[in-house]
Amino acid sequence: MGREPWSEPRTRQIVTEHKGLEGPLMPILHACVETFGFVPQEAVPVIANELNLSRAEVHGVVTFYHDFRREPAGKHVLKMCRAEACQSMGCEPLVKRAEDRLGIKCGETSADGRVTLEPIYCLGLCATAPSAMLDGKIVGRLNEAKLDKLLKGAGA
Amino acid sequence: MTVKIYIPKDAAAIACGADEVAAAFKKTAKKAAVKIDIVRNGSRGMLWLEPLVEVEHNGVRYGFGPVAEDDVQDLVKAGLLGEKGPKGIKHKLAVGPVEDIPFFKKQTRLTFARCGLADPVSLPDYKRLGGYKGLENALKLKPIEIVDVVSKSGLRGRGGAGFPTGIKWKTVHDTPPQQKYIVCNADEGDSGTFADRMIMEGDPFVLIEGMTIAGLAVGATRGYIYLRSEYPHAGMALNAAIQAAKKDGYLGDNVRGSGHTFELQVRMGAGAYVCGEETSLLESLEGKRGLVRAKPPLPAHKGLFGQPTVINNVLSLAAVPYIMEHGAQAYADYGVGRSRGTMPIQLAGNLKHGGLFETAFGITLGELVDDIGGGTLSGKPVKAVQVGGPLGAYFPRGYFDTPFDYEAFAARDGLIGHAGVVVFDETADMMAQARFAFEFCAVESCGKCTPCRIGSTRGVETLDKVRAGERPEANLAVVEDLCNTMKFGSLCALGGFTPYPVMSALTHFPEDFGRPAKKLAAAAE
Repeated sequence: MGREPWSEPRTRQIVTEHKGLEGPLMPILHACVETFGFVPQEAVPVIANELNLSRAEVHGVVTFYHDFRREPAGKHVLKMCRAEACQSMGCEPLVKRAEDRLGIKCGETSADGRVTLEPIYCLGLCATAPSAMLDGKIVGRLNEAKLDKLLKGAGA
Repeated sequence: MTVKIYIPKDAAAIACGADEVAAAFKKTAKKAAVKIDIVRNGSRGMLWLEPLVEVEHNGVRYGFGPVAEDDVQDLVKAGLLGEKGPKGIKHKLAVGPVEDIPFFKKQTRLTFARCGLADPVSLPDYKRLGGYKGLENALKLKPIEIVDVVSKSGLRGRGGAGFPTGIKWKTVHDTPPQQKYIVCNADEGDSGTFADRMIMEGDPFVLIEGMTIAGLAVGATRGYIYLRSEYPHAGMALNAAIQAAKKDGYLGDNVRGSGHTFELQVRMGAGAYVCGEETSLLESLEGKRGLVRAKPPLPAHKGLFGQPTVINNVLSLAAVPYIMEHGAQAYADYGVGRSRGTMPIQLAGNLKHGGLFETAFGITLGELVDDIGGGTLSGKPVKAVQVGGPLGAYFPRGYFDTPFDYEAFAARDGLIGHAGVVVFDETADMMAQARFAFEFCAVESCGKCTPCRIGSTRGVETLDKVRAGERPEANLAVVEDLCNTMKFGSLCALGGFTPYPVMSALTHFPEDFGRPAKKLAAAAE
């Protein structure tokens, strides 16, 4: 995940790179998250202006999708699957354990800004459940020991 | 002598340590001065064995799994890379010739025939294993003849709705020449499903070939694969395969010298479950919020950017190369009733032998769970099985005689959906599962229609009241009423099918809702 500070010229550059595509808005927003780590509020009017859309239209798209975060995430992002297959293998006690360890609720970022804990609905690893993803790295057959190792690796 | 070793790069294998195992083999072989050739293949689908390491000897692949990084040295010490080969090795991880394992042997692999055999993104390997023969045949036919073959095969949409694929294609074929699109729905959001992911990671060319054939059949020159962002490994495999296909003239402005154009792009979704609904997906591809469209107009008439569009699931498109290579009848010979061909069934959740099991329609749910899947991993009795993802019904053991067939499941108020089977043991709390179904719908609703948007939220609140002991019977009546409204009043399957898990839980497991278990028989009737 990118940590480049937001800038208007960089945003315009991202739009220019994708403008030739059919339906360029989703790829542009993905690129923003990749570059800045999130979609800053200031980026919305710039993108709208470049694509000849209203700010409301761009805002609507940003807020519709889970992936387009509007605040920077913690240094590490731990996503834990809470869908049915993982439920059947006991993901909920593990989520609770992570919450307790981090002192936050799922969906929040730890006070020191180190870890964001998020739910994810299905990584497609349903036969090796429960599953998690730490900074893009996937983990199957999650158990307490593996979870503790992940949390430790994230500095929690 | 070079020893050939296969270690999958399927996401499920990677999640269980396949990358680390591959690195350990490299290191250990170097130390032992043995030459090895590691092929990162797709998964064989026996996911309880992942990472499944296969060593080839005299043309037979011997399996070892699940291998952890720490097991590698031990395996090598046992003679895995030795002159005598892996055949006689006695090791706790040895599973023998992989293709003799009953789980594998009992399958009918048409769509997944190649998955796991070779490097998924090697075009020469794909062709060596029989790939692109379907396209070759299609190039000799008129577009309408291709459509006819697909129609006669009886192929139905594998995404869940089971709509005949041939009819969709015919509708787009019959629209006047203009910019048409082939859109692949790779937004496999249902929990318990991973067949799309496995085929995209394990044999991406078969999907590309299927889409190219669809393009020829209906006169579409552009294709998009709408891939969920939770599947980064599939994205990498698809993009590598598309590049290779382009380079060799299988994609581009003159497909295999035929004069036909077909361009293909992968587009990433952004974590919205509802975008697996086809019209919502099209909105998303256009760069809008994933709001479901009212039908008509059908996507076949006014689809992507208002143009005629074939939108099919990954598995539907990936079935097409087999049909074009072997003929409609060869495919239709498998299956039962109106469910023709094979279905890649995904066995998941609390199951001893979870994985991908492709078989002809007609196998019973009980065979799948007890025989193929080997019962629960926890060893406790099976309580419920959810088939078809978060919108599928929970079936009790009493329904284990249900054959896997679109109509048979529908007759019991259930659905096959995308053929994900999630097993729960006796510890499952079915009222909690029903509440989750409402909650998931509330979170993922696109918000366009009231029954889905409001009904799901009210459902959560009402079940909470039941849980708290607040006038339980009256509130369960409200739940039933809400389900009715959602089922018949919602615009798409998200709101329309959420009642399936809720009502099935309530009907088959009344004791979990504080109702007497005796009422079960009466409610079921």
